[in-house]
Amino acid sequence: MLELATVSLLNGIVYGLLLFMLSSGLTLIFSMMGVLNFAHASFFMLGAYFSYQLGRWIGFWPALVIAPVLCALVGAAIERYGLRRVHASGHVAEILFTFGLAYVIEELVTMAWGRNAVSNDVPTAIDFALFHVFGSTFPAYKGLMMAISVAMFGALYLGLKRTRIGLVIQAALTHPKMVSALGHDVPAMFVLVFAIGSGLAGLAGVIGGFMLLTQPTLAHSIGPIVFVVVVVGGLGSLSGAFIASLLIGLLQTFAVAIDYSLLDVMRSAGMVVTRASPMYELLAVKVATVAPVVPYLLLVLMLIVRPRGLLGTRDV
Amino acid sequence: MSRCKRIATGIGFAATLLAASAWADVKIAFIDPLSGGGAATGILAQKTHQFYIDAINAAGGLNGEKLELLSFDNKVNPQESLVQLKRALDEGARYVVQGNGSGVALALTDAIQKHNERNPGKEVLYLNYAAVDPVLTNEKCNFWHFRFDSDADMKMAAMVDVIARDPKIQRVYLINQDYSFGKAVAAAAARMLKEKRPDIKIVGDELHPLQKVNDFSPYVAKIKASGADTVITGNWSNDLVLLVKAGRDAGLKVNWETYYGDSPGAVTAIGEAGVDTLKHVSEWHRNASSELDTSIAAFSKRYSGKENEFVYWRIKTMWDMFVAAAKKAQSNEPAKVARALEGLKMNTGVGEVEMRADNHQILQPLFVSTLVRGTKFDSEGTGLGWKTDAKVDAKATALPTTCKMERPK
Repeated sequence: MLELATVSLLNGIVYGLLLFMLSSGLTLIFSMMGVLNFAHASFFMLGAYFSYQLGRWIGFWPALVIAPVLCALVGAAIERYGLRRVHASGHVAEILFTFGLAYVIEELVTMAWGRNAVSNDVPTAIDFALFHVFGSTFPAYKGLMMAISVAMFGALYLGLKRTRIGLVIQAALTHPKMVSALGHDVPAMFVLVFAIGSGLAGLAGVIGGFMLLTQPTLAHSIGPIVFVVVVVGGLGSLSGAFIASLLIGLLQTFAVAIDYSLLDVMRSAGMVVTRASPMYELLAVKVATVAPVVPYLLLVLMLIVRPRGLLGTRDV
Repeated sequence: MSRCKRIATGIGFAATLLAASAWADVKIAFIDPLSGGGAATGILAQKTHQFYIDAINAAGGLNGEKLELLSFDNKVNPQESLVQLKRALDEGARYVVQGNGSGVALALTDAIQKHNERNPGKEVLYLNYAAVDPVLTNEKCNFWHFRFDSDADMKMAAMVDVIARDPKIQRVYLINQDYSFGKAVAAAAARMLKEKRPDIKIVGDELHPLQKVNDFSPYVAKIKASGADTVITGNWSNDLVLLVKAGRDAGLKVNWETYYGDSPGAVTAIGEAGVDTLKHVSEWHRNASSELDTSIAAFSKRYSGKENEFVYWRIKTMWDMFVAAAKKAQSNEPAKVARALEGLKMNTGVGEVEMRADNHQILQPLFVSTLVRGTKFDSEGTGLGWKTDAKVDAKATALPTTCKMERPK
């Protein structure tokens, strides 16, 4: 029991930090630009593919740096030549634009690397067991992932709250005309923010690609959970996203370990439940079976009870 | 009634004659996923069918008539499949080929049976090359459905036979996807293990949502905590690859007994994580015989690249049997071909195969194999390949059936 609990705790934190890596860039873009970027997971996927390709050509460590930079450049170009034009037509147009972009990127990736998963194996440099817990190994790349994720949180938090450029960026969201009048180049700032957000997604993709499958449906498979994190944490709140990521990671991991159903609870409370009882099938479902959908349940509950999320300042 | 029927048959016959004179082709509808998540397997199957159909045409056709493959994208969705079936029928298809998803197969077999009852003389024959839910050749069997893949229970029986011979296996964990097929695999495994090795303990029986899990570490932690030495899973695609990879990350040492370890892309994605531990049951693998069939080399020449690596041996078997049946019937009429298929036997190069007459289920040799380094033929250029642990002869794969076949008069 202790064994399972310890390993689950560790797994939960690892998954939580992966989720934060995924969603930090999205949160940044939303809080600074007000753009809900549906193509965010696509940048994550691009990061995984870029690092796979670069890793084959020039090795893992250079790829770890260059792949996110490439993603940032792609992001900058998309902001400058696509999103900026659409921006004038309002938020719905922006959302539709990023929605379409996700499909375009998926098709391009399919054309470049094929439909099947590529063999994006953990590079030998970080392919060893960092430590052992109860006979289970803890791979080094997951350690690297945790470190990068925490560093990301720290850097973003300090960058936005404690630096001059962070303050100007924040001001540009609410008072773009005033900031512009003070001599700051607001459009260039938006390009910068979008590029950083995309680059963060790319960095997450480099590491996350080892854990997940580097294939064209990657963006599609992680897209929904990223939005859960951002909504539960509070739209645009970095700290909220961090807490929500860990919460969801732990919740989901521990839910898998629970082999009980509502039925067991009711029976142990002395209630008589038989196959003929209403909703028997539903009651008999074990918590473990539905664990991966628990985050979505949380999303729905959060929207009903507290639409602004954990640390959000405005409603969805 | 009988007069009505005779007139209807007459009209049907005339229509067939007209159709035959207008287009001399035999149209075959391929209804499978060509876009979305299932596209990788669907498109590979489409190419394999096209390849063998072209070969039949090059050799003079089916009793002198050319075959034509029409493709319809069903997105692995039963409702969509019925829409596509309607389209296929409108375009004059008399043969339907499908494989991905038993849910789709159940919808199709039902719709085709009804179509055939209502349209005597214009019957459609359903050739199923991959949907393995046992009910299709048991409770839900019908005359117009033929299955050219061994069903889930037959594969499980082969798997359990090999497990039963290994005294080192003591504790088995079942993990499957939470839908009809996954549940069927879990139930069959539990039943057959109890029969053949009652001393084996089933230490876990897990169901997880279909293609929704990104991180299998929590499941691996549970498997580890249970002390299992073997995991049986019907998982496919992401659910299989991510499970095995998570196992490797945690240093889990178990045998992975799978159905779909050889599905397109799986060996590439699993890689080293599966060496010596990943096993699967199939009708063929690249090292099943000492040399690859000549048609496989021709296939690789026409469709190059890793994602076009040949896997569908049963599709070759299917078309070989189809041609033999049409020849025997001396007709390309689905009803006659169907009767000729019943009980048909042939040798495929890896052993005898037979189409059972009582439930239209193929009996074919099954191989239980392990992913190892240094085989003669590797998979997807990985340097890893499948090595046969055991071969089960076609006859030995037969299971009792509950099918009560109603044959048309």
